[in-house]
Amino acid sequence: MSRNLRILLNGIIAENPTFVLTLGMCPTLGTTGSALTGMSMGLATTGVLICSNVVISLIKNFVPSKVRIPAYIVVIATFVTVLQFLMAAYVPALNALLGIFIPLIVVNCIVLGRAEAFASRNGVFPSLLDGLGMGIGFTLALTLLGAMREFLGSGKIFGLEIYPESYGSLLFVLAPGAFIALGLLIALFTKIRTPKAC
Amino acid sequence: MKSSIVNMVLSLGIITIAAAAILGGVYSATKGPIEEAALAKQVDAVSAVTPAFDNDPVAEQTLITPEGEERALKVFPARKDGKLVGTAVESYSMNGFSGEITLIYGFDTEGTLTGFEVMAHQETPGLGEKMGVWFKPAEGEPGAEGRTVIGRNPATTNFTVSKDGGDIDAITAATITSRAFLDALARASRANQTYVENETGAVPAAAVTGATPKAAQPAPTPASEDSVVVSETETNTLVKAEP
Repeated sequence: MSRNLRILLNGIIAENPTFVLTLGMCPTLGTTGSALTGMSMGLATTGVLICSNVVISLIKNFVPSKVRIPAYIVVIATFVTVLQFLMAAYVPALNALLGIFIPLIVVNCIVLGRAEAFASRNGVFPSLLDGLGMGIGFTLALTLLGAMREFLGSGKIFGLEIYPESYGSLLFVLAPGAFIALGLLIALFTKIRTPKAC
Repeated sequence: MKSSIVNMVLSLGIITIAAAAILGGVYSATKGPIEEAALAKQVDAVSAVTPAFDNDPVAEQTLITPEGEERALKVFPARKDGKLVGTAVESYSMNGFSGEITLIYGFDTEGTLTGFEVMAHQETPGLGEKMGVWFKPAEGEPGAEGRTVIGRNPATTNFTVSKDGGDIDAITAATITSRAFLDALARASRANQTYVENETGAVPAAAVTGATPKAAQPAPTPASEDSVVVSETETNTLVKAEP
């Protein structure tokens, strides 16, 4: 396996931000009421992650180590604000749906975590791949969790009715269901990833 | 890179200046589209809820303060051939499950509800969020009769959830949101009544009254000709648990 492919897959499987690193739990629990909102949140985070990783790996040699965290946060916050302006202008419905969780990407541990752990030590292209891989891993996890909650809670996946809504369990629509569903998915993911361990 | 006071100030300064420049650029580039999107949403909502019109209701909007309240509501008059055919009223309720709810309600000149659109809310997804479809079900949907608000007139309908003795079935497991929805409806209805009175000098059949904190009475009054009491305010502040 080439090094680049390994960097890309790292974020999706070996170090999946949600199922393995369990980072960024706030949007994971808060925006997965449906598969669509979960996926949108994942894609928005992916966009910020790629841009911030690339820029931070470009400026890493010019930033003194003592002020690197504020410098990275300024870069991340800039991209998040740009994203928010663009969403408000061109996809206002989606922006209203995700609400406060878009500005909250600034404090998402995954974004700063990858900046500190990867982009500040690697070149531009590997950093881009790392951001893409982590973003895909996060998006897949949120979509899966959203689909599971939507299915169990209201009998739909991506708004398509699978069974009548009245048979759904209210628990999975609300926050406790997010924790339960996430726990089950993490267990399943760990079982698949490391068959011998359990 | 080794840190010194000079390079720390310089690097952070350059980064923040660059960030400010980018943000300024993006802000001015998206300012127009953001305003257009907000306006388009309002125009769409107004034309969706009112009877057919040929004027520009958004340009003709006026502010009406319902009696006994401080905050004014936007009223959009819909006219055809210069004659008032109905209004759209942007109303709100602070009694929702989480934060303010903003809706636009449409009325004809008789005060009958012709439609509504949800503009902004933070209600629970999958529960209170459903108000946009729950209160205007398609014809023939099971239970549609009990929960639709379209085509009902405050003169003949008690716009209170059935749990409180009214005529409207609340959203399953989201009674608080349903009460807030009807609270906003009552407010809009009163603003509409005031507007139509001012405009035509005639009194429309009725408006939903009540929903002022002190006047609210828990006991439902039989639908009399001129007043229907909506009584959600007190119950909502006392019981803040959903479902």
